[in-house]
Amino acid sequence: MDFPKELKYHKEHCWVKVEGNRALIGITEHAQEELGDIVYVELPERGSETEQDESFGTVESAKAISELFAPVSGHVVDINDDLADQPELINDDPYESGWMIEIEMSDTSELKNLLTADQYKKYIEEEKG
Amino acid sequence: MSNYIGTTGLVMNEPLIFERSSEGKRGIDVPKSDVGDVRPEEVIPTDLLRTNIEGFPEVSEVDVVRHFVRISQWNYGVDTGMYPLGSCTMKYNPKVNEDIARLPGFARTHPYQPEGLSQGALQLMYELERYLAEISGMDSVTLQPAAGAQGELCGMLMMAAYFSKTGKPRRKVIIPDTAHGTNPASVTLAGLTAVPVKTGHEGILTPDAVMAVMDEDTAGIMITNPNTLGLFERHIKEISDIVHKKGGFVYCDGANMNALLGIARLGDMGVDVVHMNLHKTFSTPHGGGGPGAGPVGVKKELEPFLPIPRIVKKNINPVTFPHPHPTPPLEGEGAKEAPLPQGEDEGEGGSSCIYKFIYDSPDSIGRLRAFYGNFGVLVRAYAYIRAMGPEGLRKAGEMAVLNANYVKEGLKSHYHLPYNQPCMHECVFSDKLQLEKGFNTLDIAKRLMDYGFHPPTVYFPLVVHDAIMIEPTESEDKAGLDGFIDAMKRIAEEEPELVRSAPHKTRVGRLDEAKAARKPVLRWRPSVKG
Repeated sequence: MDFPKELKYHKEHCWVKVEGNRALIGITEHAQEELGDIVYVELPERGSETEQDESFGTVESAKAISELFAPVSGHVVDINDDLADQPELINDDPYESGWMIEIEMSDTSELKNLLTADQYKKYIEEEKG
Repeated sequence: MSNYIGTTGLVMNEPLIFERSSEGKRGIDVPKSDVGDVRPEEVIPTDLLRTNIEGFPEVSEVDVVRHFVRISQWNYGVDTGMYPLGSCTMKYNPKVNEDIARLPGFARTHPYQPEGLSQGALQLMYELERYLAEISGMDSVTLQPAAGAQGELCGMLMMAAYFSKTGKPRRKVIIPDTAHGTNPASVTLAGLTAVPVKTGHEGILTPDAVMAVMDEDTAGIMITNPNTLGLFERHIKEISDIVHKKGGFVYCDGANMNALLGIARLGDMGVDVVHMNLHKTFSTPHGGGGPGAGPVGVKKELEPFLPIPRIVKKNINPVTFPHPHPTPPLEGEGAKEAPLPQGEDEGEGGSSCIYKFIYDSPDSIGRLRAFYGNFGVLVRAYAYIRAMGPEGLRKAGEMAVLNANYVKEGLKSHYHLPYNQPCMHECVFSDKLQLEKGFNTLDIAKRLMDYGFHPPTVYFPLVVHDAIMIEPTESEDKAGLDGFIDAMKRIAEEEPELVRSAPHKTRVGRLDEAKAARKPVLRWRPSVKG
């Protein structure tokens, strides 16, 4: 399973790509595999706020509906409109075309609460038990 | 597999009724009108008039009958075979329920009929409220909610209304991670916030976990007992005490009440509000998603907040009314009657009405449903309770639990059982052992159809990875359970490819569920005529 080194990871299975004070967010390869075929994504509106560890939307698969938890706090500057018609992008390409939202971070110090690729990989192995 | 009831047979293809249309065909011969012609455009604004109904089917009576009979033969119900859909209690619905519901006095009654002409219907509702109160251990019951989820909403609105009235509204409700998804949804819909809490390693909630989150901004807890792992929440009383000590209420989702029937009462465990799914525990049809019924029982403190109208039985003077109809107690002499609200007036229907609707209830959360709930469903549940009696209901509960444990023990050699302990009405497996072979929960569910069984609930509860949730109910005998266990064991040993590509004997094979959800075709249009 692929967990790119340059990304940071949240325990609720979102990845973060940091560029300055901007953060691009999506769900991990592991998360999409656990969910199975994703059929619908509910994302926040542009201009809304996210708070670290709080729900920012939901993702629905043939198995279940799961909440999405924000890895960082901030202002939603962009959302991936393609997901409305092609939620399968999350399954096919979770780290690139399957991205979900872009946030202008309000507190970059929150990034220290996130995991590295190696830490995240270890974390999900432990979670599996 | 030749001994299994699942087989192939002559199953008819059948188009949509629109596609059966042939110009000029008629099912009825309308007699010539004996009143003068009125042109629609003279009496109806033209912008509301349709000039053409595109694709309106023109079919004969035999076309219609064959259409629906053929489609009905594609179906699978509990009248066809075992339906072990966990958390849904798909028990057999005795046909006597249908007989009673079809009595003209019930079937042809009208909700606008005056009370004086609806006394039998009101009596049935009044008595059903009392029976459900007795069975669940609550003080009062409303029959209005049209389903379990509406019952949950009703309960949450009452709890919120209670705290609003005290002048100190509370905002949070504690919900364990084994809860049905409707629980947090109902909390949110009632304007409250769900606070998740994790179950302990034994699959049940611990008092400590509740203690850690319970505070004076928390309206209460929403708990399901037995929970969705089919396990009895053994700490329910301690948990109730913790919640009560901080002034909160305990709501119980009664979806799994079948396991407790006649054995234990939620009210005695400290539960303050409970909804009961008549279409589960009390053998009324699930009927294609409705209508169901989710009556809600409450303890005294919440009684003023129940939806209106309430049904009351008037204190009657036996001299004036020589034929009073006392509620036959469900069990012994101890069965209590509800005390009557004071100050009711005679109202419409006059003094001859024994049962009346009361609308004057200032703290009530109001109406939840048009008229008085899904009355036809209430009649069936009433018939079931009266036919079973207290001993029969207890027996149903006992057999449901015995059957689930029998299935659990029968299958744990072939399927991973994450919580290996005695269960209540259902047991939950995972596909851990089968994944190693190359097939998963969904494949197993699909393959079961080939053996003639309805699939169990899959991928719920979420606390079990790739769950297979089996609830046999009390309706199956030992031979039926043995057949199911044997089919499940065979599947576990089958060639992965055979399971992965199942079902093979159904009218259509494996459907693309993801595509159906991503690109649903919800409406027939003439352009898609096939």
